[in-house]
Amino acid sequence: MNFELIISSFPKMLGAAAITVKLLAFSLAIGLLIGLFFAVLRLNKNIFINKFAYGYSYLFRGTPLLVQIYIIYFGLGQIEFIRSTFLWVILKEPFWCAIIAFALNTGAYTSEILRSAFQTIKPGVIEAGKSLGISNKIIFYKIQIPIAIRQSLPAYGNEIILMLKGTSLASTVTIMDLTGVAKHIISTTFKPVEVFILAGSIYLFMTFIVHNVIKFLEKKYSFQQ
Amino acid sequence: MEILAFGKTGWGDELFYATQMTIAVSITAMLIGFLFAAVFTPLKISKHKSLNLIGNFYTTVIRGVPELLVIYLFFFGGSSAIMYVASIFGYFEYIEINAFVTGSLAIGIISGAYSTEVFRGAIQSIDKGQFEAAKVLGISKLGQFYKIIMPQMLRLAIPNLSNVWQITLKDTSLISVTGLVEIMRQSYIAAGSTRDPLFFYSIAALLYLFLTFISMKLINRLELKYSRGY
Repeated sequence: MNFELIISSFPKMLGAAAITVKLLAFSLAIGLLIGLFFAVLRLNKNIFINKFAYGYSYLFRGTPLLVQIYIIYFGLGQIEFIRSTFLWVILKEPFWCAIIAFALNTGAYTSEILRSAFQTIKPGVIEAGKSLGISNKIIFYKIQIPIAIRQSLPAYGNEIILMLKGTSLASTVTIMDLTGVAKHIISTTFKPVEVFILAGSIYLFMTFIVHNVIKFLEKKYSFQQ
Repeated sequence: MEILAFGKTGWGDELFYATQMTIAVSITAMLIGFLFAAVFTPLKISKHKSLNLIGNFYTTVIRGVPELLVIYLFFFGGSSAIMYVASIFGYFEYIEINAFVTGSLAIGIISGAYSTEVFRGAIQSIDKGQFEAAKVLGISKLGQFYKIIMPQMLRLAIPNLSNVWQITLKDTSLISVTGLVEIMRQSYIAAGSTRDPLFFYSIAALLYLFLTFISMKLINRLELKYSRGY
């Protein structure tokens, strides 16, 4: 065990961890909006809209995240149309390509989580709202959404952790996130075990924090207060 | 379509073999995962605190660390670890392990952590009375497990195991970084030599979709079989 290597590469790893957190934060924020949008589409009674939203989530949940990143990073640049528009400013940056891929991926999973949360709301709650003369919009924002958020917290917590691990794939498109730096150090020092322990502990620390924040929120928003 | 032809002019046969490789790695990894689950599930449901700790350590670490990092550990550390063990026995030549073995082992260990959680959940949700009734009837411990707990556990575990299978299947795409020629690596090679990444990665995506679709259908059938009588 080479402790010197662990200590000397720690600052480098912390800097890389900041990039991992940045990737995670951006993709979760965009992914949540995408997820909410598609969850609402899934609940729509129109069969085409419904099927479209289902197709989206099926496509992104049925293929590996790596394929999605490669298609967006390597594939989209090939289309002339994209190269000539402002989209190219975003798509030529590996950082934004990774975030687009992550956001679309987590959006698909989030839409499923939110959909099932909306569907488990008891109809009685909505009926009670209606019989009190509350408008549909207020019922949606003030009754359905809070209940759905509470219902989906445990599953969404898992999704955040999966996404945290997913950000490691950014290293395949030249981004020096935690895994990217870890791989670089491994391939220059040939000390895989030490680097794994260090990078792994940083990841575990982050999962630990996410886990506890979610647990705290679950308690805070639990029905029995 | 010519580009996908079988034979020397197209990439059809290469992609076909690559798909077989993906299936082979996924199945091997899933089976290795079951082996790990068979060891760690009893540890996790054991009454001894120290055994519990070992089981929890395994599932927590593996499920909290990115798959890619585990694969790098095995890819870079695998052969030196084996060479170290071999050197104890007095063998000092260079040993290189096959990418298939390292890849399946790495994915297998990851898959095992998820399977362990699934089996633990399934066993714990079996009614306590079942264990007690078996004990009262004087059935041996082994008989209890194989004839009473296992059939009930499988029924509960299969839907979640199907999720583990999907995760495992998709995780095999990550082995492409070690150079094993499965769907992802083959598409990478084809994309590089034809300069048409969009097309080949879309084909890769379709192949994965096809695999997940087919396995879903098969697992649904299995689920029906094991939920007879419910």
